[in-house]
Amino acid sequence: MDSALIPQGVRRCSLGKFAFFIGIVGAVLLWGVYAMLLCWLKGLNQTNMNDYYGFALWIWADLAVIALGGGAFFTGFLKYIVGKDELKNIINYAVLIGFICYSSALLILAIDIGQPLRGWFIFWHANVHSMLTEVAFCLSCYFAVLSIEYLPLVLENRQLNKVPFFHNLAHNMHEIMAVFAATGAFLSFFHQGSLGGVAGVLFGRPFSFREGAFIWPWTFFLFTWSAAAYGPCFTLALTKLIEKVTRKKLVGDKCVDLLAKISGWMIFTYIIAKIADTYYWATVTAPEGGFTLMDFYSNNPMYGIWILVLEIVIGGIIPALILITKKGRRSPFLLVTAVIFGCIGVSVNRWVMVLQVMAVPVMPFDTWAMYYPSWQEVATTILPVAYGVILVALSYRYLPIFPQEKELNY
Amino acid sequence: MKQSQGHNRPKKYGMVIDLDKCTGCGSCMVACMAENNVPFKKDETNKRDSITWMKVYKLTNGKPFPENDVCYLPRPCMHCEGHHGHSPCVSVCPATATDYSTDTGIVSQIYTRCFGCRYCMAACPYHARYFNWWDPVWPAGMEQMLSPDVSVRMRGIVEKCSFCFHRYQRAMDKAHLEGRHELAEDEYQTSCTQACPSGAITFGDLNNPEHKVHQMVKPDNAHGGRPQAPNAFRLLERLGTNPKVYYLSTREWVRKAGDNSIKGEGKAHAKH
Repeated sequence: MDSALIPQGVRRCSLGKFAFFIGIVGAVLLWGVYAMLLCWLKGLNQTNMNDYYGFALWIWADLAVIALGGGAFFTGFLKYIVGKDELKNIINYAVLIGFICYSSALLILAIDIGQPLRGWFIFWHANVHSMLTEVAFCLSCYFAVLSIEYLPLVLENRQLNKVPFFHNLAHNMHEIMAVFAATGAFLSFFHQGSLGGVAGVLFGRPFSFREGAFIWPWTFFLFTWSAAAYGPCFTLALTKLIEKVTRKKLVGDKCVDLLAKISGWMIFTYIIAKIADTYYWATVTAPEGGFTLMDFYSNNPMYGIWILVLEIVIGGIIPALILITKKGRRSPFLLVTAVIFGCIGVSVNRWVMVLQVMAVPVMPFDTWAMYYPSWQEVATTILPVAYGVILVALSYRYLPIFPQEKELNY
Repeated sequence: MKQSQGHNRPKKYGMVIDLDKCTGCGSCMVACMAENNVPFKKDETNKRDSITWMKVYKLTNGKPFPENDVCYLPRPCMHCEGHHGHSPCVSVCPATATDYSTDTGIVSQIYTRCFGCRYCMAACPYHARYFNWWDPVWPAGMEQMLSPDVSVRMRGIVEKCSFCFHRYQRAMDKAHLEGRHELAEDEYQTSCTQACPSGAITFGDLNNPEHKVHQMVKPDNAHGGRPQAPNAFRLLERLGTNPKVYYLSTREWVRKAGDNSIKGEGKAHAKH
């Protein structure tokens, strides 16, 4: 029934099967929308956040999706600026994932603030000293860039592309895409960094506080670096997932191998910097505030030293070692293991930089604060996942997301 | 950060709390709530989402009887100066909804500008900032008792102790009408100071050598206001928050409980 909309030369499942799938995911999405409306109409008392946990699950989700969506800016940077042309086979998908991640982040932020109707105050009454101001400006601008990057893909739909204006617009936008890619890379450097700065500047919170260069704490640079390193892991993980679901090969091995190799070396260098940062923080910065390393990892039911091991060893050293070796990249099992470990590693990093910061007692007579999210928080966090699945499904079905699909399968 | 203006000498209003005098009666908390229209819930069992601008902590020395000792520590907003007015919360607020006044040293909160991102709460190590998780609702008839000098806060924004700033405004209005630019020490006092039955709280201008607070702690302005009086200390001195609430205690364990220290490192060093 919708065959006229499907790209030429590729096969898709029946519309009924597709609609059934969308229906199931749509139900999850509606559950999230219901929870979102509860938060907007009844307020943030619907959550389990409290005065100790002003930042909680949502801010973690925000930081995590932005880091994981970093594949968009870094792949664009590699293709259009560095000139790695092989990546043209995955750039569309990377842009789509980036678009989903960033739109999700903006939605989560809109739910997270106590007075959503005043959200524009962050632009109108901007405090230039605040890292969050920088986040808001760069995030919004980069989302606009991602929308511009996603638009030509939409216009390449078989029917839309028949309209001469849309056809020419998409063509001309592709021609100047390097400009947007460069703009995106520039904006991403600052907003990924400023998200790291959000935690790093908190000099009242010794767990997150870091010294740095000029106005930027080391976390500023580490966040940018880690997003560039781990973002491609998420792009590759989702590529493997969609290949599994569709039972098709969608991206050529050469392209996957190149992106995996670059990601591996980025993680390798990042994790060295992260270890150096952790060492300096544990031996100099935290002791200046009167804390030892183990003060942050003991006397509580959850945060043990295991979380540092999970982040640095399992989520950093192991994927780096797998991805920088040819043997590791060529083994499907090891490759998938590495990209999944990478996604876990960066997500754990964002978790501790949001939630463990809130949990650690700072006043000597205070106690550890534990938190678990309410169902409304969980539902609104799953909402963007459902939205992302739907957008990927629609894009895969109706847009030429994977340029190699025909060549690799038919 | 608001710059000093006019021909008044900049003040640095602060508080000194003598912990040896505090009995933990909670009068300061009650007076604060009544004075500042602080909302409360029907069920206040969860202390982590109820609003207490002034909160009294109970500290113990951890020793068994008969060496056991208890100290009550009232904790208002510390009105941190940080480094040149960059207090932990003021510097992070993305919408300039909180401000450090170099005229008074008071950290204000602009309720109508706050959009509830809670970044300031994450930045404050004293947990002195509170979010309005619920609409403020008072039992029938109690609205009549609200102070007309203090605006009530709506759901979804952050609030905190203001050092009863409305009292400062009222005192300044009176002084201006009388053709004065300066306030006498007793003209501006916070409600908790006046409510404390044991006189444990003293309030005044830390910059003014004639004020009691200055004489009690002898702040060293060349070193971030660090107290020079032997029994005086500030909470989390080492973090460099530069608070304007000082504590006094003759008991060493109480003074040590005010800051973190690493075993075996000896006396705590101040960062600034």
